[in-house]
Amino acid sequence: MAKKLPSIDVVLVGFGWTAAMLGQEFTDAGLKVLAIERGGWRDTSTDFAVTFAQDELRYYWRRALFEEPARETLTFRNDPSQTALPMRHLGSFLPATGVGGAGVHWNGMTWRFLPSDFVAKSHNTQRYGALSADMTIQDWGVTYNELEPYYDKFEYLCGISGKAGNLKGQIQAGGNPFEGPRSREYPNPPMKMVYGPTLFAQAATETGHKPFPGPAANMSRPYTNPLGVQLGPCTYCGFCEKYGCGNYSKASALTTVIPVLLRKKNFELRTECEVLTVNKDSAGKRATGLTYVDAQGEEFEQPAEIVVLCAYATHNPRLLLLSGIGQPYDPKSGQGVVGKNYAYQITSSVDVFFDDKILNPFIGAGALGMVIDDYNGDNFDHSGLGFIGGGYIACWNTNGRPIETHPVPKGTPKWGSKWKAAVKKNYLTTATVATHGAVMSHRNNYYDLDPTYRDVHGRPLLRLTFDFTDNEHKMSNYLTDRAADIAKAMKAREIHAKPREGHYDIVPYQTTHNTGGTIMGADPKSSVVNRYLQSWDLHNLFVMGASVFPQNAGYNPTGTIGALTYWAANAIRTQYLKSPGPLVQA
Amino acid sequence: MARRRDVNRRQLISASVLIGSSLAIDCAQARSISGKVPWQPDEANKPQIVKPGPNQFFTSDEAEFIDAAISRLIPNDDLGPGAKEADVALFLDRQLAGPFGKASSWYMQGPWSKGTKTQGYQSRRTPAELYHAAIKAIDSYCTGKFGGKKFAALSADQQDQVLKGVESADIKLDGVDGKTFFTVFLQNTIEGFFSDPIYGGNRDMVGWKLVGFPGAHYDYRPYVEKHGQKLDLPPVGIKGRPGWTPS
Amino acid sequence: MRTAWTLLLASSAIAVLAASVVRAADTSFAKIERGRHLVDVGDCVACHTNSKGKPFAGGLPIETPFGTVFSPNITPDRETGIGAWSDNDFYRAMHNGIAADGSRLYPAFPYPYFTKLTRDDVMAIRAYLNTLPAVKHKTPRTQLDWPLNYRVTMRGWDLLFFKPGAFRPDPKKSLEWNRGAYLVQGAGHCGACHTPKNTLGADEKNKALRGGTFANWFAPEIANNMRSGTGSWSVDDIVEYLKTGRNKHSGASGPMGQVVADSTSKLPDSDLRAIATYIKDVDGGPAPAPPPPPKQDDKVMGAGRAIYGDSCSACHQADGKGVPRMFPPLVHNANAQQHDPTTLIRILLQGTQMVATDKRPTPFAMPAFDWKLKDDQIAAVATFVRNAWGNSAPPVTPKQVAGLRQQLQQQPATE
Repeated sequence: MAKKLPSIDVVLVGFGWTAAMLGQEFTDAGLKVLAIERGGWRDTSTDFAVTFAQDELRYYWRRALFEEPARETLTFRNDPSQTALPMRHLGSFLPATGVGGAGVHWNGMTWRFLPSDFVAKSHNTQRYGALSADMTIQDWGVTYNELEPYYDKFEYLCGISGKAGNLKGQIQAGGNPFEGPRSREYPNPPMKMVYGPTLFAQAATETGHKPFPGPAANMSRPYTNPLGVQLGPCTYCGFCEKYGCGNYSKASALTTVIPVLLRKKNFELRTECEVLTVNKDSAGKRATGLTYVDAQGEEFEQPAEIVVLCAYATHNPRLLLLSGIGQPYDPKSGQGVVGKNYAYQITSSVDVFFDDKILNPFIGAGALGMVIDDYNGDNFDHSGLGFIGGGYIACWNTNGRPIETHPVPKGTPKWGSKWKAAVKKNYLTTATVATHGAVMSHRNNYYDLDPTYRDVHGRPLLRLTFDFTDNEHKMSNYLTDRAADIAKAMKAREIHAKPREGHYDIVPYQTTHNTGGTIMGADPKSSVVNRYLQSWDLHNLFVMGASVFPQNAGYNPTGTIGALTYWAANAIRTQYLKSPGPLVQA
Repeated sequence: MARRRDVNRRQLISASVLIGSSLAIDCAQARSISGKVPWQPDEANKPQIVKPGPNQFFTSDEAEFIDAAISRLIPNDDLGPGAKEADVALFLDRQLAGPFGKASSWYMQGPWSKGTKTQGYQSRRTPAELYHAAIKAIDSYCTGKFGGKKFAALSADQQDQVLKGVESADIKLDGVDGKTFFTVFLQNTIEGFFSDPIYGGNRDMVGWKLVGFPGAHYDYRPYVEKHGQKLDLPPVGIKGRPGWTPS
Repeated sequence: MRTAWTLLLASSAIAVLAASVVRAADTSFAKIERGRHLVDVGDCVACHTNSKGKPFAGGLPIETPFGTVFSPNITPDRETGIGAWSDNDFYRAMHNGIAADGSRLYPAFPYPYFTKLTRDDVMAIRAYLNTLPAVKHKTPRTQLDWPLNYRVTMRGWDLLFFKPGAFRPDPKKSLEWNRGAYLVQGAGHCGACHTPKNTLGADEKNKALRGGTFANWFAPEIANNMRSGTGSWSVDDIVEYLKTGRNKHSGASGPMGQVVADSTSKLPDSDLRAIATYIKDVDGGPAPAPPPPPKQDDKVMGAGRAIYGDSCSACHQADGKGVPRMFPPLVHNANAQQHDPTTLIRILLQGTQMVATDKRPTPFAMPAFDWKLKDDQIAAVATFVRNAWGNSAPPVTPKQVAGLRQQLQQQPATE
């Protein structure tokens, strides 16, 4: 029998980026806020201090900061005709557990989606004609212009290092000329650039493209954000993505919000407590709170006036399904919404092998590199190409960690003396040009609950059914070819293009950009939350994170997640609190 | 005169200030944090450092196989020491004896099914079990094929042949998926060659010296814009490098 | 005779009446506020609260070489606190170091400093303490080693080292200086940590604020020497440090972090300026002759330089200049150049967390190096930091490091 606790104004499920930001917003509004995190407390100087943060084996290969599949994982299959099997160890994506969430080990690439991304369906249909029936993309219900001030707010919270490309409609040299208009410059200048990306940028310019420095949540200088929290200068240590930052120079909930949030008397954090279900009243109209279990196995009922799911893009849909909130999606009939429109990212790369240029790949930061956006979104004419969407092409210097990164030319044996010689020869002198493409939603790419496999609490695991479609393959091959063109112009000894081929494979690491499952939209028949991320079913339930994306775009998602979080917080503070109820009439 | 506990320190006041503690550890609920960012002195979630010593996982027969096999995967040659010289065998022994070997963080609940290639590892064997089974099966194959000789007794060329066969699954091992084993074994060997020396391998940082990786060096800002310059920084591990000790 | 007695009685009556008149004004809000402010200055809550207890309810174990002193309960509870004490009892405790039952208090309670408080101020403190919720908490009995378990032995100590008396302003100095002196010498009791002690634990004569050891810390000099004290800090620097916990030279951590959090960050700027004005005028004495600079090829400096470059520079930067208000600069860092390196060695071993205040909420923490570096390596990097970039201080030896390691292992983990 769950022990009932005193009620609270707001309960947040999970304590990563979005929960920390909302905690700050809601405590400022005078509400009593409780965050419940299933993982433990962790922080810079105790869990990834400079004295031991640069440990490739521990943090990446032994997954020290990531979610443990032994506790909870998902099952996976490429299409509905197969039996889904558990993802027994992590590979393709690396969700986190613990305070700060995946925002602790992210790379810091902080983008805005394009204005056209938010109206992907209507924009592409208008320009290129009807889409295939199985492509289930939708408009978001919110526009870039509406989100612009919140993108700005998130970028200033984080101290993003970058160069504006479009200031209030004026294209700026050195920035991304394709981006949507922004109201002001980035809070910090771009990072100093290493060799490989500058060679890429040179070749990109020579081949008619517009390179710019990647927008980075790695500090290019000491920074104090609007909350008064301080970050230090990045030292290019090369252990950024998949690792915790040891010297406070990567933006995360821990380094931008938590120091201020924890000092507030109206905020409490409970760690090592896992939320089992979100509870609703008998009429099914309001969330009454949630049930969680602590580390000792004791269950508690936590009543709350407002419940927000901040538990990462895979857990949020799962919680709704486990709690029986909203109609689950059925791919056969196309009915239902919870679990619908899962999407991801499609990536590929081209290795560029020099003989004569020392590139020092170990000097790196998570978002250090030069990028071109010429082939993202609808920044180029897709007529006759047979796909929509696109992605960016970049040369990043994020990682020269030798277990992960020891490039060898095509045809090199995988072990032995020849392998050893090739590794030695090419380690310091190889760059990689990478593509990062969008995935459109498809009727057969979705989540539901697995019929067979369970987590440590005995609850069904989330089942993921996903594969790349024709659209993705065509688009990615196109990007890979464009990347190879630029790579050739870098005039190296040889290049090796590695397109993404075949079915989506859950084994090799790609990105941790899982999107969809609790999508936002204008119509409750085709979305789970409205444009303010408010549940259509329970007006005091909100869902944050990339699970609200109706399809994915060609950029890393965190910038847009941050903007949407602030956008939702604003709606809750200025409208919902004054008059609790549906913010959008269905 | 009063007996002094501390002869060296004349002190009358010890300020032990524990108010404002941010950790209320309530038995009923796991941990409640509020008021300030938790911190305790000396609470480093530090890495587990391997102590050299007798094998904790491999039997002596298995150790012979390992020594021989890793010498083929990353050989000692004119470019420098190989996996054996780098103590990768010690690394593997400790990894397999620990949580990795036991697949502590993997989802190891049934039911079990082979699945498609894109569904990843679906063996019910932990890495520890995989190594035990595969080494036994490979030696068994070798004694059968090579007139009673186990893997370690074969010539280098023969060993390469066997490894290639296991890797490609052209050689079918008895009761174990050789291809899966080989993938894990090669990955672990590379890990042992390139990971921080605190884990037992990459002895004297020979792996890092081979490629020119400076290791756990934290501040590269002076070098960011030295485009094209070979830095030749002495590699340093989490426990330092020889230059850290005054001598 | 009768007349004298009558006069005495009469004057006592007047005194009592006067006291009554004063007492009528005792509960004025202004007086209680003044008391609250003085309690902030005195940081009473730090010693009079244990980790599990309510504020001011006592019970904190204070380790001394002579045994453990337990702080008493100073809430108004009549049985277990000081609620049953008279005003005179309270004044006598603060002014003379004598408890209500006439027994001597141990100077773990810094009455040699509190004696400087005026009676009015002591009564204001009492008035504030009387407003606290009464907490029933019987604190453990303090039992020091023989013969100090007999409190009467403190009479001897007091006779040798203690002269009760309120603060007397110096007419040659400014009002602000005098205010600062009153705060520092009195309620603030800064010298309790920052003044060196003799073998019997009393302040060394004429060495005020030149640095003191306690509980495996070394509280640095805060008198006005340029290299080792506050000589190079401006009044604004000191005010910023006390108010926000950090300035461009340094950041408060460890026990001083607690002092900033619980005491100085709550004081008005005028008090902080007064304190700064005063301590900058406290003579640090002749600076010790700097040791000869280490040779170019010195092996210890070479090893220290290597460790610093690979590891410490991540925060303190390659040039030692740190990031002000974040990672303290080590160039010309006074804390790093104390003749007693205990604090430097300790934070290398155990790490430390900078205090968070409203103005500067980010609690930057230096990680622990005890598991990572051996004694000779810690000694090398400490020596390097003490002698690089124009710094100058005696080298640190591996033996010193080993000794502190052992001490810290024996002591319960505290800030």
